[in-house]
Amino acid sequence: MSVDTTLTPGRRVQALLHRRPALRLTGLLTPALVWLGLFYLVPLALLLATAFFDTNSFTGRITYGFSAKNVVDVLTTPAYLLTAARTVGAAAGVTALCVLLALPLATYMALVARERSRPILLALVLTPLWASYLVKVYAWRILLAPEGGLLGGASPGYGWFAVVLTLTYLWLPYMVLPVYAGISSMRGSYLEAAADLGARPWQAFRSVVMPMLAPAIAAGSVFTFSLSIGDYITVQLVGGTKQMLGNLVYANFSTDLPFAAAVALLPLLVMAAYLITIRRTGALSRL
Amino acid sequence: MILSTPARWLLRAAAIGVLTFVYVPLLLVLVNSFSSSATFTWPPPSLTLQWWQVAATNEGLRAAVVTSVEVALLATLIAVVIGTLASMALTRYTFFGQEAVSLLVLLPIALPGIVTGIALNTLFTQALGGLTFFTLVAGHATFCIVIVVNNASARLRRMSGTVEEASTDLGATPWTTWWLVTFPALRGALVAGALLAFALSFDEIIVTTFTAGPGLQTLPLWIFQNLFRPNQSPVVNVAAAVLVVISVLPVYLANRLSGDSAGAATK
Repeated sequence: MSVDTTLTPGRRVQALLHRRPALRLTGLLTPALVWLGLFYLVPLALLLATAFFDTNSFTGRITYGFSAKNVVDVLTTPAYLLTAARTVGAAAGVTALCVLLALPLATYMALVARERSRPILLALVLTPLWASYLVKVYAWRILLAPEGGLLGGASPGYGWFAVVLTLTYLWLPYMVLPVYAGISSMRGSYLEAAADLGARPWQAFRSVVMPMLAPAIAAGSVFTFSLSIGDYITVQLVGGTKQMLGNLVYANFSTDLPFAAAVALLPLLVMAAYLITIRRTGALSRL
Repeated sequence: MILSTPARWLLRAAAIGVLTFVYVPLLLVLVNSFSSSATFTWPPPSLTLQWWQVAATNEGLRAAVVTSVEVALLATLIAVVIGTLASMALTRYTFFGQEAVSLLVLLPIALPGIVTGIALNTLFTQALGGLTFFTLVAGHATFCIVIVVNNASARLRRMSGTVEEASTDLGATPWTTWWLVTFPALRGALVAGALLAFALSFDEIIVTTFTAGPGLQTLPLWIFQNLFRPNQSPVVNVAAAVLVVISVLPVYLANRLSGDSAGAATK
């Protein structure tokens, strides 16, 4: 058009964007897709490929040819499978404990506490989330020290109990927040209806509150489960001699990357299966 | 559900119990930083400010803080630009594969950090020629994007798109609409998202371990390395205490800026 020739290039681009929503959408999406493709999807694909490479035991170099050795090794060695089972067990334990602690706290915050004190309680739950991860684990290392710790002789010492306790402590806010949001959203009507229809509090909790809370708990569990299953630092600090999958990955990534990659496929697969399972609850849209 | 008085008291007791469980370790860290004993003893023999002075002049600690701030600033900047654009796309348009894009944005925090870490390590060491300062920034930006997207999307969903349509109908260019209509409404949520992304990057250690170039030391890496050195433990205690105290900041500021703490829910 003849009018367009009088416009500056910037204006012309804008006019084009104005006429073509699809072009606008492409512009908005491209940076995210390129970045996450390059720095997330490609690395994941490379990780998968690397798990099927091998390491030359003399030179320590990676040999880029197909070899199922590491993957078969990881999937058939009882010691690795046991580590995997313990890791999943610990993550499940942490998730269960988080639910157990989050439910009464969130119920108190949403239904018992006064309107005025709710934001303060919420801030009290949120703040520890932003205190350094390492510092919190360190605090538990001091608390649980078998000798000279705060708990003295009553300390359970370093081991699985300490790991599950510390991880529960770390990830608890991730469970409290969605559960609190879930209970808050049903404050009033549903609960009153249950009471009007003669439900006792416990009954109302079991048959009204819990089913409605399932997506919130599922959303929280993505974090408690995922963050626990990939942890290796907490285990190093309070686990004594115990090891989780993360420790195997960490111990091997600089010397035998293909083996570490093969081990890393386990938490990846477990989490993928977990995400697919809870997708049905609609929890993913709440993350 | 009408809660009986005993039930209320039980819930109150449980809430106090859980909050005590949450705060005792943090208080322990604070008090410990003032202990005159270099090794942990409880109760502290006496209180002193000596270690705070020692920590203030510790070169390694200062260098680590500077590195952490640089990395967090750059990662946040990248995440804000990419995340803002993506959140506009996800909330103002419907398109094929929208759910897949939402999931892709979410994956870096939904999957274990160690998976993200070793995957990035594989990319950088096997395909891109090694780890540097910038590989660390790239790693952090990847998981920071979701924070910005969550904060911005929450705000955009509550704010109706009709204002933007009106602006377009009145002849504003896309840029004018963004600058005069969308951005002012979104600013608070963006600052809140940026703050939370910064805090997350500042504290991250797992992806950091796998993506930091040789010799680079962020604050968490520095703390981790010195945790096992007995002669450094008073300085570590002070650094830990400072980190506990400043953790109040992101929550407080994000709350004030975004007007809701929903964004803070997903770290």
